Amino acid sequence: MSHPPSPDVALAAVGVTKRYRRRGSDVLDECSFRIPAGVVCALVGPNGAGKSTLLELAAGLQRPTTGAIEALGGMPRAGHPRVAYLAQHRPMFTRFTVDETLRLGARLNGDNWDAELAERVAAPARFHKSERIGDLSGGERTRVALALALGKRADLLLLDEPMADLDVVARQELMGLLLAHVADTGATVVMSSHIISEVADACDHLLVLDQGATRLCGDIDELTASHAVVTLPGPVEQLAGHTVIESRPAGRGISVLIRPSGAPLSAEWEVRTPSLEELILAHLATGEVPRTTPSASLLTKESAA
Amino acid sequence: MGVGVVGFDFRIDRRGGIPAYVQIVQQVQQAMRLGLLEPGDRLPTARAVVEATALNPNTVLKAYRELESQGLVETRRRHGTFVTGTLGASTADSPWRAELADVASRARAAGLERDDLTALFSAVLEDLYVSKEPDVASPQP
Repeated sequence: MSHPPSPDVALAAVGVTKRYRRRGSDVLDECSFRIPAGVVCALVGPNGAGKSTLLELAAGLQRPTTGAIEALGGMPRAGHPRVAYLAQHRPMFTRFTVDETLRLGARLNGDNWDAELAERVAAPARFHKSERIGDLSGGERTRVALALALGKRADLLLLDEPMADLDVVARQELMGLLLAHVADTGATVVMSSHIISEVADACDHLLVLDQGATRLCGDIDELTASHAVVTLPGPVEQLAGHTVIESRPAGRGISVLIRPSGAPLSAEWEVRTPSLEELILAHLATGEVPRTTPSASLLTKESAA
Repeated sequence: MGVGVVGFDFRIDRRGGIPAYVQIVQQVQQAMRLGLLEPGDRLPTARAVVEATALNPNTVLKAYRELESQGLVETRRRHGTFVTGTLGASTADSPWRAELADVASRARAAGLERDDLTALFSAVLEDLYVSKEPDVASPQP
């Protein structure tokens, strides 16, 4: 890549397209975004939006068909010492015991290995350390896989549905450990999730994917503050000039989620800030994806800023 | 005032619609009003709160900063966050409580429902504290 590495950006993509078969459809379709370093970013989107593919690309397990992706200022490569990746299906050696798996993690990561954290995440007290990975339940397997990812002390954690198949108590416990780890190290987290309340509590950044393209990307507080839910009696045409994301009937009137243009909104209308859930659902409810033109400067720090 | 090592677990209600950082601020204020937290007491570190609540670290830091800006707590580098202020005006013997109770009972006699009165009171507060976070009380002078 011709651009100099940018330490302020943890993960960035410019016009990334991924197609698995020559005549197949695009799993990722001109996808562009930029995730700053130090954020906890939720990766959200319907099934088949391309979330897992995007994380595989970021982890260096796949290459984009076209476009460029950059992780920690360089081209992604599998086994990067500063990048941890938790795959959706938690691939591990099924014949290894829990103990052997954690020892392997320690061996592969050398001085960087956080044995104490890995042990806490794997919670060996709950099941025998001599049990084989192949004999564990889904939730226990997730704990061990997450232990490997967190024990690595990485600067960028790519987590594909990290809390799936965990019970509510384990979810709270492991999310707490993950976020305390972030507070300690300043690591960047990108994690896919289907649970919006989990996203709202744990994350400060959001990337919404739909049909392989970026729908929304940015700081959650800024995103909600830059939208408004307006309830008005008349037709949607009254909101001309503003960007209308989604409109739904509200009795005799309508309730519309907009991105205000700056033009004044009538004092007669009820205006409020949307919740994160409303924002995501409204953006996913619209049929077509507005294309953002990928700019060459996306991967570099904007000099004008 | 002696340094008290007190336990304090925040309870975060995910469904109530009140932002998590406001809930943390309110729970500290409430504990101070009830005398459960006194000057000199140390709050858990932000990191400990993050681990216990699974909230984003920025959310917890925002709550602690808000408490600091209200003059209720003070963060001393390496030592932790300590309660420094006091809150106590809304206790049972406050004259404001008696006046509010008077207004409320007259409104009820005039036929207002509980929800009407709650909405009315919220609207009055809204007008009064326009630029302020409606759910966060100010420290007592």
